Amino acid sequence: MTDTLSVETASIPKVKRRKAVDWDGYLFIAPYLALFLLMIVTPLLIGVWLSFTKGDLFGVERFVGFENFARLAGDPIFREVVWNTLYFVVLTVPTLTILGLALALALNFQTRWAAVLRTIFFSSTVLSVTVVTLVWRLVFLPDGGLLGEISEALGQTPVAWLNDPQLAMPAIAITTIWWCLGLPMVLYLAALQQVPRELYEAAALDGAGRWRTLWSITLPAVRRTTMIVIVIEIILQFQLFGQPQLMTLGGPNNATRPIVLFIYETGWRQWELGYAAAAAQVLFAMIMVAAMAQYFVSSRKEEA
Amino acid sequence: MRAMRLHPAALTLVIIGAVIMMIPLLWVLGLSFKSNAELLADTSRVFSPPYTLENYLNIFGNGEVFRWIINSLIVSLGMTTGVLVISSLAGYAFARLDFPFRNLIFIIVLLGLAVPEQAVIIARHQMFSAVEMHNTYFALIIPGMATPFGVFLMTQYFKAIPKDIDEAALLDGASRFTVFWKVLLPLTIPAQATLGIFVFLTAWNDYWWPLISGTNKEMFTLTVGIASTQQNFAQTEGLGFLMSQAVFAALPILIVYLIFQKYIIQAVAGAAGR
Repeated sequence: MTDTLSVETASIPKVKRRKAVDWDGYLFIAPYLALFLLMIVTPLLIGVWLSFTKGDLFGVERFVGFENFARLAGDPIFREVVWNTLYFVVLTVPTLTILGLALALALNFQTRWAAVLRTIFFSSTVLSVTVVTLVWRLVFLPDGGLLGEISEALGQTPVAWLNDPQLAMPAIAITTIWWCLGLPMVLYLAALQQVPRELYEAAALDGAGRWRTLWSITLPAVRRTTMIVIVIEIILQFQLFGQPQLMTLGGPNNATRPIVLFIYETGWRQWELGYAAAAAQVLFAMIMVAAMAQYFVSSRKEEA
Repeated sequence: MRAMRLHPAALTLVIIGAVIMMIPLLWVLGLSFKSNAELLADTSRVFSPPYTLENYLNIFGNGEVFRWIINSLIVSLGMTTGVLVISSLAGYAFARLDFPFRNLIFIIVLLGLAVPEQAVIIARHQMFSAVEMHNTYFALIIPGMATPFGVFLMTQYFKAIPKDIDEAALLDGASRFTVFWKVLLPLTIPAQATLGIFVFLTAWNDYWWPLISGTNKEMFTLTVGIASTQQNFAQTEGLGFLMSQAVFAALPILIVYLIFQKYIIQAVAGAAGR
């Protein structure tokens, strides 16, 4: 950076060049830097500190070492919410990745119809979680809901999706896939446009069929994007919160209570801030590990 | 042109998928035009008349919901303006000025992108409690302005502008700030649009922070307000009214999306692909 700068400025008369250390830049970054330190760095550090404390009856925190983390490890409800979160990630991330790729492949055409369909598939992404859950609660409502009306018209008994411990999480997963499908599709579309056309022409000359072309050219070309999509979706879906908070309140029988809802309830219903902060650190670590594991696995494949 | 064309079977699947995407939205839109009395008896005649505007008129008759819409607008526009101003200033400095520890600070700011909301929200809530700032627009707007994404995007954009442009202006005797304000900033308008729309969308849809910070009914954003009324919607007679609020929350966003589709997709893909 600095090298190219000095080469470029060398030809310019040295009137305006300052040699001394120049602190002017700080005037420009000061407003942002203040916010960054105050709203991200400080709460992050306080959060780490909080996770090692416990509030007493007067709300004064005292240092308790790893007590909160030990308590989390032995808490059957926390174990359950970790499982629920992992289950939800497994339900959503592979589906979102595969559907995103399939849609991108199907809609990567310069026609008006493809553009209209792309708009439709991305439109749900811009809605807020409250609107999405409101819509889907009405879809899943057994009495008077959309699926209920359809099954009644077909002569079936409506299913109470959100009240069934087996079906509630899949229902939330369906809602989430409907909501989030736009992002992986858009990322794959961007990647597909980077694939050199000559590759496809060469494949066609070699007489490769659709599947062969997909397998040998398209998939290897979008491998990096697949990695990005998976990492992003793992990070996003690990943070599941609004959907169960609004659709099921974590029920029935804890079946849909994820880690973030646990943090929210521990922190703002029971006011156990230290315990909630500890759970937040565990989630943060899980997200980091998942993202790094995925990154590691993918970069290893790249070398091979 | 590419030799491959979409197989009819695949096309059928895609169209079925698009219908599945649309039906829940059309269902809600239909419900919002139905009188509450009719919905209480039967929800199955959504796609047949009579329709009514009563639910939408009720929004303007209902001071509370109207207040939530205004709150959402103030918070979203405030956050958007704030992010644009501070990110442009910082982006210019990171891209163009040489100052001590510049690269180190930039890397630390970028690392901030990896911090999830859960890791900071408890302490952030404590901090605003300590200064008794909850239930203010300030508290609803400020945390969202700290997003490193804006700085990242603006820095990239300023770097892409050829250096000759500002060097010529500096030679003409313009000050740093004039170069930034008069010469470079107008060139960044596409990036401002992308970033601005992205921040507006995020702010309008934000849920967790407004839920815990703006706890007075008068300080609800529309997102939180709808959440507060939907808890027992099956029993209430206000199903159609609730749906009209949902449409009100979704419609501005969908319109913004349809108009600025290109920018939004750029921003979303950029935020994800950083």
